[in-house]
Formats: sequence, C-alpha cells, structure tokens
Amino acid sequence: MKRAEPLTQIQSVEPSTGSPPLPPATSPEATAPAEARSLLATAWMRIRRSKIALLSLCVVVAILLFAILAPVLSAMSGNDPYTSNTSPEVLDDFQTPGLPLPGYMYPSAQHWLGVEPGLGRDLFARLAYGGQVSLTIALLSTVVSVVLGTVLGAAAGYFGGKTDAIISRIMDLFLAFPHLLLVLSLTPILQSRLRDTPLGEGSFLPMASLVIILGFFGWAYLARIVRGQVLSLREREFVEAARSFGASHLSILFRQIIPNVMGVVLVYATMLIPTNISAEAALSFLGVGVKDPTPSWGQMLNAAQSGNWYLSDPWFLAVPGIMLVITVLAFNLLGDAVRDALDPKSSR
Amino acid sequence: MMTFILRRTGSLVLLLAAVSFITFTLFQLGPSDPAAAACGQECTPERVAEARVALGMDQPFFVQYADYIRGLFSSRMIGAPGAQTLCEWPCLGKSFQTNENVADIIGRSLPYTFSMAIGALVLWTITGVGLGLLAALRKGSPVDKFIVGAASVGVSLPIPVTGLFLLLLFVNQLHLLPFTTNEISSPFGPQGPGAWVANYLLPWIALAVLFSASYIRVTRTNMIETFGEDFIRTARAKGLAPRTVTFKHGVRAGITPVVTMLGMDIGLLLGGAVLTEQIFSVPGLGFTAVHAAISGDLPVTMAITMLAAFFVIVANVVVDLAYAAIDPRVRLQ
Repeated sequence: MKRAEPLTQIQSVEPSTGSPPLPPATSPEATAPAEARSLLATAWMRIRRSKIALLSLCVVVAILLFAILAPVLSAMSGNDPYTSNTSPEVLDDFQTPGLPLPGYMYPSAQHWLGVEPGLGRDLFARLAYGGQVSLTIALLSTVVSVVLGTVLGAAAGYFGGKTDAIISRIMDLFLAFPHLLLVLSLTPILQSRLRDTPLGEGSFLPMASLVIILGFFGWAYLARIVRGQVLSLREREFVEAARSFGASHLSILFRQIIPNVMGVVLVYATMLIPTNISAEAALSFLGVGVKDPTPSWGQMLNAAQSGNWYLSDPWFLAVPGIMLVITVLAFNLLGDAVRDALDPKSSR
Repeated sequence: MMTFILRRTGSLVLLLAAVSFITFTLFQLGPSDPAAAACGQECTPERVAEARVALGMDQPFFVQYADYIRGLFSSRMIGAPGAQTLCEWPCLGKSFQTNENVADIIGRSLPYTFSMAIGALVLWTITGVGLGLLAALRKGSPVDKFIVGAASVGVSLPIPVTGLFLLLLFVNQLHLLPFTTNEISSPFGPQGPGAWVANYLLPWIALAVLFSASYIRVTRTNMIETFGEDFIRTARAKGLAPRTVTFKHGVRAGITPVVTMLGMDIGLLLGGAVLTEQIFSVPGLGFTAVHAAISGDLPVTMAITMLAAFFVIVANVVVDLAYAAIDPRVRLQ
C-alpha cells in the first residue's frame, strides 16, 4: 500500500476535533512524516488512542477467532453441530416433549452451552460453526459489494459523460429498491436456479446465494461515495502525469485512482459488514437463508422461535441473540472508529 | 417552483416506469421460471408448457410487460385461451396459490402495514429527536454520553432479537399485553383505539428501538453543528430567551436532515416491515411478501416489491418538494 504518488487528503488529514489534543512531543502524528505511513497504519494509529475502538477491535478479533477455531473448540468439548441426541435422558419426554432436561439445558462440562430443544444437538458447536457460516456470508458479500461499488463508482467518476449517466441512474434505481423485500423474494428464485450448478451443492447453496444477493444489492451506496471522490481525484496532477506518460485509462483507473479512494472504501466496508451480518440473520430467521441442519446465527434464532422454544426457556433465544448483538455492536463501533480515523468529513 | 415540481414529477414517472420494468425483468426473465413455480412440485413438462401458455409466457417479453402495465389502467382477461378469467382493475395478476386477484391481497394487507408504520413513526420520532436534542444541548455531559452509548447499542439490536425478547417479556412473562391478533387493523374498529394501541405497541417499540437510535445520532450531530452557527450567537446576543433560541432558531434550522430521513423511512416502512410483521404475526405487506416468497407465489412478491419501491421513490420526491418549500436555496436551483 506504500506508494510514491501524491497523498490523498485522507492520509494527510488532521485528527478529528473530537479527540483530545495530544502534546506534540509524544504525538506520533507530529513526529512521523505523514508520507511514510500506509492507510492501515494511519487507521491503526488513530484507533489505538480510543479505548472503545480498541475494545471493539479486540472483541471483533475474538469473534473471528471463535468462528475460525470452531472445529478445534467443538472437538475440545467433544461435540459436533450435527449429531442429535433425542434419548429420554437428554430431552424431556413428558411435560414439554423435546425440551432438554435441566442437566442438559444450561452450560455443563459436557455441553458448554447445553443442547438444542427438539433434536438435542450441542448448542456450543452450533454457535461456533454458525458463526463461521454467518461471518463467511457477511464478509464475502461485503467483498462483492465493495469490488462492484469501487469499480463502478470509480468508472462513473473517472469517465464521466454517458458512462457516468448510465451508472448513476443504475445506482439511483438500486437505492430506490427496498432491499430486504427484494433480497427476500429473489433468494428462493436464485436458489432454485443455482441448484443444478456447481454452486448448488448441499449446504453450500444457501451460502452462495446469500453472498451473491447481498453483495449484488449492497454496492450502490459505496459507488456513489467513490464516484464523488473520484470526480475530484481525476483532476489532480498525478493523474495528469500518468496520462501524459501514455498510461491507458484502465491502468490509470486501477493504479492511480482506485488506490487513492481505498480510505473511503475501507470505512464503508467496515460499516457494511454489520449490515450484512444482520441481513443474513434476518433472512435465515425468515426461513429463506441458511436452513437446518446447517447452523448460522439467524438459523439458530429461527430454531428458537419455531415451536416457541424461546417461550419455554429464554436461554435458546439468548445464546444466538446475545452473540449476534455483541458481534454487530463490535463491528459497528469499529466501523465508527475507522470512519473517525480515516474519513475527513466525519463530524464527531 | 412550478417548473421544479414538474421536472421532479417527470423524473418520478420515468423512475417508476424503470422500477416496474426492472422488477418485471428480474422476476420473469431473471433466474426464475414462473411457469414451474406456478405449476407446483409435481409437474410434467407438458403441464409446464400449459402453465406457460396460461401465464402468457409464450408471448414475447415486451408483450408480457405491456400486458402487465395495461392491467394497472384497466381490467384485462388473464389465463390460457379458452379458460380466461377477468382480472379486475387494478390488475396485478393472480396469486399462484389462491388464484385471488393480487390487488385484493395487497388491499387487505395495507391497513395492517399502515397501523404498524404510523405508531412506530410517532414513537421513534419523539424519542429519537427528543433524546438527540437533549444530548446536543448537554454535549459532553454524562447524559449525552449515556444517550450516545444507548444509540450505539440501539442500532446494533437486530429486530428478531428485540422482537422476540419483547414478546417473551411483556406477553409471556409479565402478561401485560395481549399477543397481537389480526382482527384489529385500525383504531376505528369495533374494539376501539385502546385495543389498537395495545395490539401494536410491541411491534412499534421493536421498530422504534432500531430507528430512534439513528435519529438520535443524526439529530445530535446536526443540532451541535447548528448551535455553533453565527445566527445562533446573534440570537443569543440579541438577548432572546435560551428557550426561544433553541427551539425557534436552532431546531428549525437543524431539523431538515431529520425531515429527509423521516420521509425516506416512511416510504420504506409503507412497503412493509418484513421482520417485525413476521415476528408479531401482523398480516401486512411484509408478512404477505415473506409467505409469498417462501411458497414461490411470484405475482404477489413481484407486486409488493414494486409497490414498496414506488413508496420509496414517491417519498423521495415528497421530501424534495418539502425541502424546496422550506429552504429558499433549493428553490433557486
């Protein structure tokens, strides 16, 4: 990311007015030459100063590790997310058929978070593997949106004229559509079409369709922001210089323009992740996203609601619910922090 | 002003046409086969072919689209030649599931969605703007920090979690409120406004928690910015009462972004609060859309998606017009 080109205004921006002024002697801002720092280093430097930002970063890393290490953690607990155990020793046979008996309902050495009602599967293993599914969908769909949004937004801003008019109108249209409704109605359709393709295998199908749909409907806002930035960037001297050396449009776009909007892109990517986590949860909760037996946090919420298990015991709602809230909150706070660190226009 | 309105309305019509066309394309030509969906699970190739004829899908795409749009303006015949039935105006096709006119289904769902939207709107505007203003007035104080913190948590609460939690607490545990019924769709029904409020209070709260959080943030940021402007200092220097400065000068100037947001959110919500309606079993547009989507009832999902997009676009224009009426700078453009 270290480049010899002129700096963007993002890299040379002063700390936002909200942060306390630091004595110049101890401030890394003042001592290190701004040119030598990459975007991520700048972000890190600013984030390090805020306790909330640091804490949310730690929580985000912990959640990512929790999801990545799902197989290891489940193996440590001696369970897996798919094996059901409906024996009368585990699940109630009498009063509320299917409800785990007291010894299996809550955390224990054998089942770290108890077992699921109905099928008696290990909740901890499902939560960890579900995190893998939820976060993979959220991160990959964010990548799709970010790539589409950056390239289309940059192309609109750079080429201007007809290209800009067409892309901008498409952006307007995408922003006008009620996302959840459209995503909701198109997901089953896409799934039925993908079923016969290599993407359509088993548990992979709902994940692939969610990534495609959430990614495809999430790029417009970012594209609009990137377009705005590029409109001013394309007039800058370094672009002129590249052009005079005979660089092609594509080369200028990808090697001069896009690297310079990465700050804004990073900010909006961080804010898109929690949106996509919530969207996955919403769709799976509604029964059109990830479906049983594949676990995801939305699917676990769906399982807690179906059969009104959460009314029998709030625990079944609390396990995926709290995990989801903590994750979205941590990503949101981190997004705020990244924005404060990198976006010169943020006013906080 | 007049030309502004005309131009905006003109672009509105164009955008609506584009939205209807794109929705139609996505559902008809896109990655779907409406005929197979209409035909159901056990379907032979012959029956799919029959279904294609019945749906008019043997016609060229543009003819199908033109037929669909024609239904918006007049009644038309629908179905296979020989077995045609009348689809009364406004014709949005017929449900694959019940063969009912889609416009009737939508008409039946709308009152529920309106009930959901109105109460939630009032609730979140009052709490969102009120708390945002309070935080801005007490900037930097513990009150401000608490409100900002609460707003951060609020935007991070997914509706399924809040909704189920509210149901669990107020209906199941405390027995304070009844579970929502689909018998009450307006405050003027036989049960009276009290029952209407009790019926929709929890969905309103669930929506308001999420929405008011972002209103708090926007109100606070804009009010802090406005309170720093010169005209506020001038008003203070003139010796006006602090209350007058805050409300007559500050709020009026700083509230415009909130008005924009409100307009957009009303548009969004009128298209159906999908999750909230589903959780509380309120049979509005969102609820209907979920069930239509799951059962592959394309005409219903398509019509609701289109309608929801229409609401958003119209809200957009209304906001622009309201802006032009409030702010003289907009009028000049």
